[in-house]
Amino acid sequence: MHIVVCIKQVPDSAQIRVHPVTNTIMRQGVPTIINPYDLFALEAALQLRDKFGGEVTVLTMGPPSAEDSLRRALTYGADRAVLLTDRFFAGADTLATTYALATAIRKISETFGAPDIVFTGKQTIDGDTAQVGPGIAKRLGLLQLTYVAKINEVDPAARTIEAERRSEGGVQVLKTKLPCLVTMLEATNEIRRGAMADALRAARAKIVTWSAKEAGVEDISKCGLKGSPTIVKRVFAPSARAEKATIVDFSTRAPAEALIEELFKRQPKLEAELTISAHGF
Amino acid sequence: MSEPTKAPPAAAGRAATKKELPEHFKAYKHVWVFIEQERGQVHPVSWELMGAGRKLADKLKVDLAAVVIGPPGEAVQHAATESFCYGADLAYIVADDVLTDYRNEAYTKALTDVVNTYKPEILLLGATTLGRDLAGSVATTLLTGLTADCTELDVDADGSLAATRPTFGGSLLCTIYTLNYRPQMATVRPRVMPMPDRVEKPAIRIIEHKLGLVEEDIVTKVLSFIPDRDSAKSNLAYADVVVAGGLGLGSPENFQLVKGLAAVLGAEFGCSRPLVQKGWVTSDRQIGQTGKTIRPKLYIAAGISGAIQHRVGVEGADLIVAINTDKNAPIFDFAHVGIVTDAIRLLPALTEAFRARLSPHSRDRIAS
Ligand SMILES: Cc1cc2nc3c(=O)[nH]c(=O)nc-3n(C[C@H](O)[C@H](O)[C@H](O)COP(=O)(O)OP(=O)(O)OC[C@H]3O[C@@H](n4cnc5c(N)ncnc54)[C@H](O)[C@@H]3O)c2cc1C
Ligand SMILES: Nc1ncnc2c1ncn2[C@@H]1O[C@H](COP(=O)(O)O)[C@@H](O)[C@H]1O
Repeated sequence: MHIVVCIKQVPDSAQIRVHPVTNTIMRQGVPTIINPYDLFALEAALQLRDKFGGEVTVLTMGPPSAEDSLRRALTYGADRAVLLTDRFFAGADTLATTYALATAIRKISETFGAPDIVFTGKQTIDGDTAQVGPGIAKRLGLLQLTYVAKINEVDPAARTIEAERRSEGGVQVLKTKLPCLVTMLEATNEIRRGAMADALRAARAKIVTWSAKEAGVEDISKCGLKGSPTIVKRVFAPSARAEKATIVDFSTRAPAEALIEELFKRQPKLEAELTISAHGF
Repeated sequence: MSEPTKAPPAAAGRAATKKELPEHFKAYKHVWVFIEQERGQVHPVSWELMGAGRKLADKLKVDLAAVVIGPPGEAVQHAATESFCYGADLAYIVADDVLTDYRNEAYTKALTDVVNTYKPEILLLGATTLGRDLAGSVATTLLTGLTADCTELDVDADGSLAATRPTFGGSLLCTIYTLNYRPQMATVRPRVMPMPDRVEKPAIRIIEHKLGLVEEDIVTKVLSFIPDRDSAKSNLAYADVVVAGGLGLGSPENFQLVKGLAAVLGAEFGCSRPLVQKGWVTSDRQIGQTGKTIRPKLYIAAGISGAIQHRVGVEGADLIVAINTDKNAPIFDFAHVGIVTDAIRLLPALTEAFRARLSPHSRDRIAS
């Protein structure tokens, strides 16, 4: 079984700061991590490989430094890593990203064998759109299972997969054919620690690195900023409300009473509403 | 391929990006809302989007259309007729037995076909698991732009959709355009837009579109549907009163204080994202851009700084109360009432004070 997992290297959001004057993101010195949602996809892929044999290829599109995340994925036990990197890819929105990734997956397919399953995370913590998975599926003509909470069964001989998909108000149990694309839901598994042997192998492993041309991109104008139908017109800080928050003064009485008084003064109907809400009548 | 001409910095934004809309896109008119219905139930986000879509259509002086996709029968017809009460000028229906349960293949074909036939300028979908699954496939099939999880939709002076969403980093918003492609697509999460009033209206124009698929064409089969247990469902998004805690509470034990106050108020409890990441609270309780959006009558936030991703999830509340030790915390920029004090000490006192004030016996006092 050949499984491709798309991972993205993202800045560790907990450490991101915005410049107070220019309103730009201060990326310098911010450590990068594998998009946390992608680790659930990677672990699901590794489990299937362990069960059925075969290989897991991790793929990322990003700057040369994204190699760090690929090596990390190898330490968890992925078999092969592919880095898609080219200045033409810069500034890609989801449509341009899926064009590049789908092209690379075709090339992976020619070079290392056709994938049975392509995994992506549910969403990234920087782009945060949850669209790249469905976009890749559409471009490759793969069936798609999104928001998968559990893979019940894969039958490599019959080429079928059965999975539980989170939907509004419940879980859909779906059965479809391989090859397909799966986006994994968060908290569905826990990434393994990785064996010592994998860590050693990862440090020495050769990362397959492709430029746009090497990956087989035929139309460079479909990549990066140029290939992106959406453009960011304006980045701005949210404005404060016209009227500042009333800060409750509790110099003369207990803070809890002072706060409640202020709330009820401000919204006279609130006391009655809360009494109803509190007692359910 | 012509390079965009380099404009002087002042004019950079528009001049550098605005090209003439390709001729074949000029036929694209009107605003559409995808009406999401499953097992006979319309998701409320669809009506919320009708409210937003109505405003866009009025500004553009075009029609607002509802698109309903599902199995033939009562439920789909009803969803279409209801859409008129929420502002539709017309409705499209694609009804077929293969559309009984949501499946990406069939729904993508249904929606792409109606778009290609009737050519909307703007297409809005709810950012639910169904809407996001569908929107990504449809946008890629149509090779157009899609802006996810918008918090504000507007049309600018030259009629382009200006879709605003929070952007990476903690305190910024960005406005995204899809200038040279049609339709311009956007998704919006439940509760981000207010629910419009329902006004009884006749269903004047319904257009039925044939799907042209048979069950054999569709590979994916739905084996079963397991509804969530009622006890597992939290009503956070649609609650009238919400109490939430953030990192300022310092420990999972202190988060109990939030639950305590919520219980006394008959409220739902919620939290900021770091508490979910730390495993203190389950993810269905997270409020904000990547959690739930709420619009309660009263929102009390204790020990929450008020980052943009949190703010966009709570701004629709009628009354926002912030408890924070830092008088410069950004939450005071959008809260209505603030109190600068230690939440760990205030919460128990507040719980007791509310308990005393809101006793059943005080109801009689209010009534009289
Ligand atoms: C892509 C992305 C999506 C995100 N989505 C979300 C989301 O959906 N929801 C969300 O909430 N966040 C989200 N975040 C995270 C967000 O940017 C903030 O990091 C987060 O909201 C901060 O949580 P907090 O306010 O609890 O913690 P902090 O920012 O650490 O704030 C703690 C606050 O508590 C105050 N405090 C400390 N001690 C006390 C005390 N004893 N009493 C009272 N106050 C005290 C401090 O003054 C401070 O203001 C997202 C981030 C990214 C990058
Ligand atoms: N540059 C990228 N390289 C590889 N995979 C990506 C990239 N961007 C997004 N993905 C995958 O697509 C998923 C959804 O991303 P997004 O649409 O940005 O929320 C992620 O969880 C990744 O698995």
